[in-house]
Amino acid sequence: MSKEEKIDLYRKMLTVRAFEEEAGKLFSENLIPGFIHLSIGEEASSVGTCSVLRGDDYVASTHRGHGHLIAKGAEPKRMFAELFGKASGYCKGKGGSMHIADFSLGILGANGVVGGGFPIIVGAGLSIKLRKTDQVGVVFFGDGAANRGTFHEAANMASIWKLPIVFVCENNLYASTTPSSYALAGGSVAKRASAYDIPGYVTDGNDILEVRSTVSKAVKWARQGKGPSLIENKTYRYRGHFEGDPQKYRTEKEVENFRKKHDPIEIFHDFLFKDGTLTESLDKNLRGQVSELITESVRYAREEPFPKEEDALEDLYYTPIWRK
Amino acid sequence: MTERILSCSEALAEALAEEMERDESIFILGEDITAHDGIFGQFKGLHKKFPDRVIDSPISETCLIGAGVGAALTGMRPLVDMHFADFFTTAMDEIVNQAAKIRYMFGGQAKIPLVIWAPDGGGLSAAAQHSQSLESWFIHTPGLKVIVPSEPSDVKGLIKTAIRDDDPIIFFQHKRLFSQTGNVPEGEYLIPLGKGEIKREGNDVTIITYSRMAYLSLEAAEQLDRQGISAEVVDLRTLKPLDFKLITESIKKTFHAIIVHEACLTGGFGAEIAARIGEELFDYLDAPVLRIGAKDTPIPFSPALENFVLPQAENIVEGVKKVLNS
Repeated sequence: MSKEEKIDLYRKMLTVRAFEEEAGKLFSENLIPGFIHLSIGEEASSVGTCSVLRGDDYVASTHRGHGHLIAKGAEPKRMFAELFGKASGYCKGKGGSMHIADFSLGILGANGVVGGGFPIIVGAGLSIKLRKTDQVGVVFFGDGAANRGTFHEAANMASIWKLPIVFVCENNLYASTTPSSYALAGGSVAKRASAYDIPGYVTDGNDILEVRSTVSKAVKWARQGKGPSLIENKTYRYRGHFEGDPQKYRTEKEVENFRKKHDPIEIFHDFLFKDGTLTESLDKNLRGQVSELITESVRYAREEPFPKEEDALEDLYYTPIWRK
Repeated sequence: MTERILSCSEALAEALAEEMERDESIFILGEDITAHDGIFGQFKGLHKKFPDRVIDSPISETCLIGAGVGAALTGMRPLVDMHFADFFTTAMDEIVNQAAKIRYMFGGQAKIPLVIWAPDGGGLSAAAQHSQSLESWFIHTPGLKVIVPSEPSDVKGLIKTAIRDDDPIIFFQHKRLFSQTGNVPEGEYLIPLGKGEIKREGNDVTIITYSRMAYLSLEAAEQLDRQGISAEVVDLRTLKPLDFKLITESIKKTFHAIIVHEACLTGGFGAEIAARIGEELFDYLDAPVLRIGAKDTPIPFSPALENFVLPQAENIVEGVKKVLNS
């Protein structure tokens, strides 16, 4: 990896974190309607995974999807606009935090239904196969979604048809409030790969280089027509399931421990310092650029107009059927 | 246009073959559709003709329908076979929360040219889990279109239109009508969505119906004719979009309306049509609108019970007389 590539990864991770922290702040100030799920602590998985994808590869994301979207190339300003419910948001204010998509970037959408992305990525994989291209589809999901039937149906189908799909689990230890130690039979998502006769990998999901090299292997495998893989990135979310979550299911000490010892940005920061890529001044410079981007994005989004009431009646059908 | 006599099944297979020939992005996904050409033989000859584009799926209805959504989002035009309409329950999230929502909630970015083909209806002693008429669920879900053809030519004309449409469509075909025959035009034949058809003209009463009940309504109209009552049979063919103009024109002529569907009465689509007639055509009615549907039970197995639960031609005859005498 070149120095530029490493810096780019680092900048992306900083961007995801800054976006999420700002979103949390705006939410607490009642500036964002609805509810939001932040991915702070999971930046190595989102950025590492998307960093080995091409522009025309597909990603199916989750309710905790801001990081995936930024990592796949979405613009923070249009994302903030969507979070605010503005007309210039990615979905013209019809989707909100849980439903951001940009089909031109191969982002098939965040999904408000846990495990909703599996069948969609199977369809994308089948489409790739029928169109005979060498694209790849990635579906992000959590440890909770690994217990849905959609996961098992999709893994089975992807395997029998050898679809170019990478299943990327972000095991952050909790499905909403329920610990995976309680809800996940066998204690491992990756182990389930063997039942479907596909490669299964576990990574330190807070180490972006490990995530990257593992996903890279799986993507190459998929592009060569060898079929799907399942990767379990072991990670952690610092914030609650949603903003405002009282988090009775875990201790502050546990969160602190992850922050101090397993922070993906700190880990990569230290690596970049040691290998000479990063200096104090470059780091400061990068953080300044990211902070400016986020501030500017929020300013843009806040100034944008809300959609018109009648816009609620648009975009339902490609060929409209409203009764006259 | 040359016409031949075909069954509904043959009309479907012919239309699909023509469409698949025309457009390489069309494919069919479903259970048991290669070795047996579909469990009702509805895809006869298609696998042989298009071996790569008629694909057998494991029994995974959730992922089957969801894969249709994903393929439609990424440049293909899938037709997914639901096997039995009753199995919709195993894929409701994929239909209601994904297919119907994706275009809207993503601000119109996506198009979803997906047809879900679903054999429905009773009358085969298939009992409670293989006999239902579930169209109301999908009419009640914004984002979907719902098609319910009766005769073979309508099957052909509407499936071709459905395949070319860029929105998710639920295409019901009644199981009792697969072997029903009729004249079908050769080659290019398209029926626009939202266009019903008068299957029999009459002056005294309008029978608004669709799917298999169109045939039973015609049977009833024959009986009524012998008794001096002239019934007009309006076959809606598509329920969403709905041809309310055709309903309006007919009621303005007959001043009497009865709605007949096989789905159970309560909460059925007849209620919606009756409400709209009340709202928009009250002044043209000489009698209250009557609805006929199945009794509000699951469909029982024994023919003795099933025939009682499902509407029969006699019920329609009685219903018409009731409307005319009120």
